[in-house]
Amino acid sequence: MTISQVSFGTHEPVLDVKNLTVKYIGDTRSTTAVDRVSFSIGTGEVFGLAGESGCGKSTIANSIMRLLKDPAKIAGGSISFGGKDVLAMSPEELRRFRWQDVAMVFQSAMNSLNPVLTIGEQIMDIFTTHAGFSRKESLRRAGELLELVRIDPARLKSYPHQLSGGMRQRAVIAMAVALKPSLLILDEPTTALDVVVQQEIMAQIKELQRELGFSVLFITHDMSLMVELSHRMAVMYGGRIVETAKAQDVYANPIHPYTQALMGAFPPLTGPRVPLTGLPDGVKFRNIPDLAEAAPGHFVAPFEPDARVVDSENLEGAAR
Amino acid sequence: MSHSLDTPPAQSGAASGTGTGSGAATGTPALEIRGLGKSFPIGGLFSRDSVRALHGIDLTIGKGEIVALVGESGSGKSTLARCVARLEKPSSGEILIDGIDVLKRDRFQASKAFRSQLQMVFQDPFGSLNPAHRMEHFLRRSLSIHGRGGGSETETRKRLEELMTTVGLDADMLNSYPHELSGGQRQRVAIARALAVEPQVILADEPTSMLDVSVRIGVLNLMRALRDEQGISMLYITHDLASARYLADRTAVMFAGELVEEGESLDLLANPAHPYTQLLVSAVPDPARAGSYDPVRRAELRQAVMASTRCAFHDDPHQSCSAEKPVRHQVGDPANRHWVRCHLYRPWAAAGGHALASDPTEPTQSVEPTQSAKPRVEL
Repeated sequence: MTISQVSFGTHEPVLDVKNLTVKYIGDTRSTTAVDRVSFSIGTGEVFGLAGESGCGKSTIANSIMRLLKDPAKIAGGSISFGGKDVLAMSPEELRRFRWQDVAMVFQSAMNSLNPVLTIGEQIMDIFTTHAGFSRKESLRRAGELLELVRIDPARLKSYPHQLSGGMRQRAVIAMAVALKPSLLILDEPTTALDVVVQQEIMAQIKELQRELGFSVLFITHDMSLMVELSHRMAVMYGGRIVETAKAQDVYANPIHPYTQALMGAFPPLTGPRVPLTGLPDGVKFRNIPDLAEAAPGHFVAPFEPDARVVDSENLEGAAR
Repeated sequence: MSHSLDTPPAQSGAASGTGTGSGAATGTPALEIRGLGKSFPIGGLFSRDSVRALHGIDLTIGKGEIVALVGESGSGKSTLARCVARLEKPSSGEILIDGIDVLKRDRFQASKAFRSQLQMVFQDPFGSLNPAHRMEHFLRRSLSIHGRGGGSETETRKRLEELMTTVGLDADMLNSYPHELSGGQRQRVAIARALAVEPQVILADEPTSMLDVSVRIGVLNLMRALRDEQGISMLYITHDLASARYLADRTAVMFAGELVEEGESLDLLANPAHPYTQLLVSAVPDPARAGSYDPVRRAELRQAVMASTRCAFHDDPHQSCSAEKPVRHQVGDPANRHWVRCHLYRPWAAAGGHALASDPTEPTQSVEPTQSAKPRVEL
């Protein structure tokens, strides 16, 4: 029995990350990229992870997939997927776990497709290697898969460079859901695309999610996009989670000064033109404490009031 | 080729009044683009086919004014910037800086005089700074090539430090190498390098798209401060409508190599008149209007963009429509200088490819804009 056969519809967490700590070990010094991070994702839930580059978002994604390479090392904590300890999996178990249970869509579709193989060959490869189907059966399923993301199956014969950026990203998403995983990790899936295409891809992911019922770990630094798509979200800073709550709550009432600054980094599309501050250069938070419940279901890392990065008069603009 | 326009954009110059720069009072625009066109040959060596990347662009940037150019990828925004910066040779049209046609003045390549009037800031601060040199080198080179360093070493030194302060960096960073700086800091150095020349116009091609969210707003604020304090005009190229609204006095929308709408930024985004602008605005993620994605409306807009059958100004007796010429209709209050291209106008069939043409539900790669896209429900 594979883990993906865990029944849907329960409120059991699909993924449970507890006190995950990842270190990059150097010869002379090591850096803690992810520091005691805990979160869980329920069945059919979209969980967002926001934060600036280098805050450890992608390191978390890679740890869940067990893709970390030296010098990165999981120094502590646990990751359990459907009740199974991911960190204790043998190479053979990992092989089945990846793609069948958890699939990942990377930021750049251009780089995750092989330029010398057709789209069809690359999709068939998944079915023949991971599911053991015959070539003919794989081809049929590959065609179905492309139809699922609204690409003409005739495109199976196209090479990646013959598709537009949006189509390529659709194809990569189709490949990710090919084996009906119960968790899909999206690592900045639309960063390289323009807004119109981005919105259509996001709508596509939502539709697939409704249809196939998988959970999503959605990583981005675009707060507006995240609030639109996610049910719950967490904001990371320097390897720590500083705030986590329902996405709408974080949007409506960001409490941690860093969350407020991040929200303030996106100019609104309506209303008067207010000067925004974003996060001033050189402002740093250190020794972020563990989360505490600020409101029901809204957890914030306690912070010193004088550590506020935005002074009170700009706060309104920053918080919109 | 020149177009007779219903609302000539040039005359009003820098009347927007938002720029408080020194030159804001004079009438000559800092940069004026007239009927600019560019086509690229495609196919083999003997092929005579070409793709039309730009056609009949008319755009004016007043002194001390920031104009944003928005549009999807492939719409020709960067080609326009490259033509204006004279990195590409335009096929037709005129580029006027301070009222002088620079394409006529320096016919074959950009002169140093031109470069000292117009500078560029590129998208990728990781690629635009040579990793082998210290920051000082980039700025010093700009100063010495254009003779802005003053006579003596002390003056040059003073100027270098001034530049760093202007862009909000520590003078100590002059001794740093690019890899020691963050993306935002590097982009600030790239802006300082452009400023060293004391240009009138800066072309900024997606200057914030490679930067981290938390520092993006800082770079936008810097550009704003440069306009307000030094009266520098800018062409800000972006696909981020929200930042265009935040920074720019006016916004121009580009679609398939032509401008389709232009106006005061707040007004344009509040009342988009062209279906393409409406499509762009509706696609921006905004938590304030949850559930903004409406597939039926999207299909209607797509069809209106690709093959419009009616124009909103059809009944207006003062503004006649035309399917042959890109007539500009005035939208709302004349003070906003908001115009929209007549919806009935169908561009020439060989216009540059664009994402809308390849509807994701449809496999065809046709770039023919007149192809009637059937209204379809897509999710």
